[in-house]
Amino acid sequence: MNDQDITAAEGFGKDAVRLDEGHVVGQGGIPDRFENPGLPPHVPRGADLSEAAAKRAEKQVAGLFTLSILGTVLFVLAYFLVDIRTMAYLPGIGDMSLQHVLLGVGMGLALLGIGLGAVHWAKTLMPDEEVVEMRHPMRSSDADRDEVVRIMKEEGGKAQLSRRPLLKYTLGGAMSLFALPVLLPVLGGLGPMPQKSMSLTFWNGGPSGPGEEPAFTPMRLMRDPENTAIKASDVTIGSVFHVLPEGLLDLEHGVLEEKAKAAVLLMRLDPSDIKSQKELDWGHQGIVAYSKICTHVGCPVGLYEQGTHHLLCPCHQSTFDVTDDCKVIFGPAKRPLPQLKITVDDEGYLVSAQPFREAVGPSFWERG
Amino acid sequence: MNALAARRRHPAAIAVLLLIGLFLMGAAYSAVAPRPAEAGVVSQDDVSEGKQLFQANCASCHGLNAEGRKTGSGDAIAGPTLAGVGAAAVDFQMSTGRMPMRAPTAQAPRSDTIKFSEEDIAKISAYVASLAPGPAIPSEEMVDPTKGDPAKGGELFRVNCAMCHNSSGAGGALTRGKYAPSLMDVAPKDIYMAMETGPQSMPVFNDTNLDSTAKRDIIAFLKSVEEGGNPGGLSLGRLGPVTEGMFAWIFGLGLLVGIAVWLGKKAA
Repeated sequence: MNDQDITAAEGFGKDAVRLDEGHVVGQGGIPDRFENPGLPPHVPRGADLSEAAAKRAEKQVAGLFTLSILGTVLFVLAYFLVDIRTMAYLPGIGDMSLQHVLLGVGMGLALLGIGLGAVHWAKTLMPDEEVVEMRHPMRSSDADRDEVVRIMKEEGGKAQLSRRPLLKYTLGGAMSLFALPVLLPVLGGLGPMPQKSMSLTFWNGGPSGPGEEPAFTPMRLMRDPENTAIKASDVTIGSVFHVLPEGLLDLEHGVLEEKAKAAVLLMRLDPSDIKSQKELDWGHQGIVAYSKICTHVGCPVGLYEQGTHHLLCPCHQSTFDVTDDCKVIFGPAKRPLPQLKITVDDEGYLVSAQPFREAVGPSFWERG
Repeated sequence: MNALAARRRHPAAIAVLLLIGLFLMGAAYSAVAPRPAEAGVVSQDDVSEGKQLFQANCASCHGLNAEGRKTGSGDAIAGPTLAGVGAAAVDFQMSTGRMPMRAPTAQAPRSDTIKFSEEDIAKISAYVASLAPGPAIPSEEMVDPTKGDPAKGGELFRVNCAMCHNSSGAGGALTRGKYAPSLMDVAPKDIYMAMETGPQSMPVFNDTNLDSTAKRDIIAFLKSVEEGGNPGGLSLGRLGPVTEGMFAWIFGLGLLVGIAVWLGKKAA
């Protein structure tokens, strides 16, 4: 700071209101303009002043680069010489593969050596005085600008674009239409419209493609993944079964797409615990089947607590009350889980009595 | 000693003293604490002896005749009825240290301090099994992981168990303080009995759902996960992307931000 700056600073303080004077309307004490304080003076570093310190810094930087070389050598040696199955004990981590440790340490040292060396070099030996470079004007010289205008007018005119409007319009049309081939694959790449496939599941009577609705047939409830039918007597109180419709696992292709919509959770409760009459009517002696697909964003809701009869979704902690028609009692889900109406067939196996009455899973635009 | 006296007003002195005191207390307790009795030869099922043990140790919550007891406030129960839970449930709860429960919390935690000898547990199991038919304790062969198929077990585990216990059996949280415990280092017999009886929040997976072969396959899968070790080191609980992400954000990015700040500083 030079003398002039200090006077300016004192002038700034002169008219300002002191804090111990109570409420006084200020006269304004702000100068017309603030002076640029400029760069602080350069403080020379050890290596700038003494050749010995510079020599020392040079050795340190070279040492760090050498450390990097050693790290790379360690990596290569570990890669070829250490067996991957050899385990070693490391404090704080436990048993792990010795080769992994050495590869990691070697690569770490190799990168760190280069990085630290470069940083140390910059901080000790490279010039560190701050330099200001003024910005140049961006405008071209007037002669250049006039020349561009002349070329556009005279030489461009020789192309006869303004004299022959047919050229102008057809070129414009060709250029704007050319955007279509670029846009079409983008729109087409979004795939076919889902149509009914988002509202249907395999329980509707078979593969739930985008086209027509298949005719409903009662389907047995099958264990996932064993693919065996479930008798009503198999389901004891407190049990939970993970269920897929009969025939889904036998599909040639599209198994995962169907599974993602048709997965069902089967539970048996004491009928006196169930508060909803509809839930009782759609079940069989306390055996109830609910869609396993969360109505929030479609995670599988599988965490059934047999003590509290809560169903918890592991993704966002939506909690459904199985005693009350799977209403949401906690979390971001907005709708209860859809119930699958079930009954038993002549042989005592559980079968579906009707498909899901609403679309399973999260909400979507055309959800009806 | 003078150096020590000079530091007695140091702000950390109280905390250090407390820590030393607590440590000494714990060490002294573990030295004199009663050890669980050594397991003897399992005697013949002595139902009446089991009943005496039950009435002395379990009846305050489960009732004098294992009929269950209410706490008196609302629907809350002190302990459920044990008719029909079978010998397997008693053996599972007591030999993993869950029962007798130490405090009425959301869930009885697994504990290494087992309060009863194997002999006494067998007697109480025999008594509870005599009340009503229930699942029995499995034989050695039924839980032998070398006889199971870990690949099939893995498939069954991912459909039936992984949503609560995590795909590698590390455990996970449930609602309101309850949790699915880790399945690592659990005896094969206890895994079997937990599926069979459905302890606490866990649903029942009895033989009509997962038959005994399927249960043995699941045990084989869990043991193969256990034996697989952890060649990558620093497993962070094997809970998956949540812990790993948190570690990367806090430690990885924290370190990078620190380095960036240091680099931005002027030298000298």
